[in-house]
Amino acid sequence: MFPRPIAKASPAARIGYQAFLPVALFLWLLPLLAIFMTSIRTSKDINSGNVFGWPSEFKLLENYTAVFTQSDAAQYLWNSVLITVPTVLISVTLACLAGYALAIYKTRWALPMFFMFVAGNFIPFQILMVPVRDMSVQTGLYDTIAGQYLFHAAFQTGFCTLFMRNFIKALPFDLIESARIEGVAEWRIFWYVVLPLVRPAVAALAVLIFTFVWNDFFWANVLTQGEQVKPITAGVRALNGQFVNNWHLVSAASLLAAVPPVAMFFLMQRHFIAGLTLGAVK
Amino acid sequence: MATTDANAPTKASWIQKNKLSIAPWFFLIPALCFFAVYVVIPIFESLYLSLFEWNGLYRADGTSTAEFVGFENYQKLWTDPKFWVSLKNNVLWLFLFMLAVPVGLFIALFLNQTVPGMRFYKSMFFFPFVISQVVVGLIFGWFYNPDFGVVGSIYKALYCEEVTNLLGNLTTRCDGSPPDILSSAEYATYGIIAAGLWPQIAYCMILYLTGLNNVAVDQIEAARLDGAKGWKMLWYVVVPQLKPATFIAVVVTVIGALRSFDMIAIMTQGGPFGSTNVLSYYMFETAISEYGERYGYGSAIATVLFAIMLVFISYFLYRMYQDEKGGR
Repeated sequence: MFPRPIAKASPAARIGYQAFLPVALFLWLLPLLAIFMTSIRTSKDINSGNVFGWPSEFKLLENYTAVFTQSDAAQYLWNSVLITVPTVLISVTLACLAGYALAIYKTRWALPMFFMFVAGNFIPFQILMVPVRDMSVQTGLYDTIAGQYLFHAAFQTGFCTLFMRNFIKALPFDLIESARIEGVAEWRIFWYVVLPLVRPAVAALAVLIFTFVWNDFFWANVLTQGEQVKPITAGVRALNGQFVNNWHLVSAASLLAAVPPVAMFFLMQRHFIAGLTLGAVK
Repeated sequence: MATTDANAPTKASWIQKNKLSIAPWFFLIPALCFFAVYVVIPIFESLYLSLFEWNGLYRADGTSTAEFVGFENYQKLWTDPKFWVSLKNNVLWLFLFMLAVPVGLFIALFLNQTVPGMRFYKSMFFFPFVISQVVVGLIFGWFYNPDFGVVGSIYKALYCEEVTNLLGNLTTRCDGSPPDILSSAEYATYGIIAAGLWPQIAYCMILYLTGLNNVAVDQIEAARLDGAKGWKMLWYVVVPQLKPATFIAVVVTVIGALRSFDMIAIMTQGGPFGSTNVLSYYMFETAISEYGERYGYGSAIATVLFAIMLVFISYFLYRMYQDEKGGR
C-alpha cells in the first residue's frame, strides 16, 4: 500500500487524518453546497447578500415547485429521457456486435477498423457540425428527438465499440475455439457464449453513455431550435435567461438537471468507474 | 477445412469455407454504416466545405448555393485576430488543464486509505465529474458573481465595513469594488479554466484511485526495506506502476481541454470582447450566428482544430498500436 496505511501511523496522525477528511470534502464541494443553499433561499436573502449565513426562511419545496410551474422544465427533462434512452439501447447493441467482430476474428483489417472507431471517438465535434446539421435539415431530422438520438447513438458507438472490443478480447479465447470445434454457428456463439459474459461491460457502458448524452449541450444547440425538443441542459440555459438574477430558481433548476446522472452514478458506482477507466486500468 | 471434407454438401461449401471471413462483416456492418454516415463521411465533407463559401442555403431546384473559393477561408483565418486569440486560449487551456493530472494524483494518494466511510468520501470527491458542464458553468458563474456570489461575499467580508452615514442610516463602505472575474478580459479565461479543472481533477483522481488499487504490494514493501520513502518512493516505485492510469488521464485531459465548449458558452459566450474564445466556440459562433450562417469559414476553423487534435490522436493510436503488438 502506498501511501503507508494510516492505521499503522501514530494515533495523533490517525485522528488528525480522520478529522481533516470532512474538512477537505467540505472545501472540495463548496461550490455545490453554496448553490444548494442558494436554491433553498428566498430572493430577498440573495439580494441582501446572505450567501453563507443561515437562510432566513427555508423555501426548498416552494423554489423547486416554482421551477416546474414557471417554466418548461418538466418538458425538458422528459425530452432528455427520450433522447438518452434510445441512444443507450442503439449504441450498446451495435457495439456488442461490432466489438465481437473486431475482437474474435483475426483478419488483417480488424485492427485498422478498430482504430477508426477509436479515432472517431476523439475528434472535435466541430468537424462534424456543419455536415450533420445540413444532413439533418435535408432529411427532416432537424429539430426532432429522433435526429438527436440517432446522431448520439452513431457517435457513441465509437466509444462503445472501443470498450466492448477490449472487453471481449480479454475473455478466454478457448471458449470460442471449443464452441467452433463443436460446430456451433457463429451467431450462436455470439448469443450463447459471449453475450452472457459481457453483461458487466454492457452495464458499464449503459451508465456511462447515459451520463455523457444526458450532459450533452453542444448537439442540443446544433440540432434543435424549438423548446419542444430541447433536452434539459439546453433548457437550463434558456431558464437562465428567463430567470435573470433569480439565482434561487436558476440554482434549483441546475441542480434538478444534475439529479438523474448523479442518481445513476450512486446506484451503479462500480460499473460507472469500470467504464471510465476504459477497461484499461484493471 | 470444408474442402477436404468429402461429406460436405457442395452448395454450402463456399459459405462453409469462408465462414470465418464472412461472419465478421455481419456483426460489423450495422455499426460501420451508422458510424460512417454520422462520423466518418462528415469529417471529409467538412474538409471539403472549408474550400467553399456557403450560407447553408439551397436553391429552389435543390442545388447548394456554395461557391468554391479555394484556400481563401484559410487566408482570412491567418489575418483574423479573433482566430489567433482563440488559438492562444486553446494553448492556455491545454497547458493549465494538464494540472488536473498531478492534482488528481495527489488527491488520490490522500484518499487511498482504509478508514471507516472511505467509500463515501471517494464517491463524494468524484461527484463534480458526474454533473453536466452546463451546471458546473452555472455554479461557477454564480460563484464568481461580484454582487450575489461567493467571491463577492468573501470580498465584502474582508474589505467592507458597515458604517452609519451622516443621515444615521447603515450603509456598507468598501475599499474599491469586488473583482468581477468573468467580465475581465484579463482573468476571465483563467476563471473558466479553474471551473473546468474541478470536474477534470475528479476524473483523474478516480483513474488514479483505481490504478493505486493494483500497485504491486511486494514491490512497495521491497522498496521500503531498501529505505525508499516519501517522494523517492512515489517517483521511482509508484508512478511507474501507474503508467496505464497516467496515459488515460493525459488522453482524457487533452481531449477535454480541446473540446471545452459548454463552460464558455454558459459563462461568457466568448466575451468580454472575444477574450475567452476558443476554437471550438469560435467555430460554432461563426457557423451559426445571428448574422447569418458561414458554413465555409466555420469549416475552416473546424479543420484547424481537427488538425491539432489529429496530432494527439495519432500519438494515442501509436501508443495503443504498440500495446497491441506487445500485448499478445
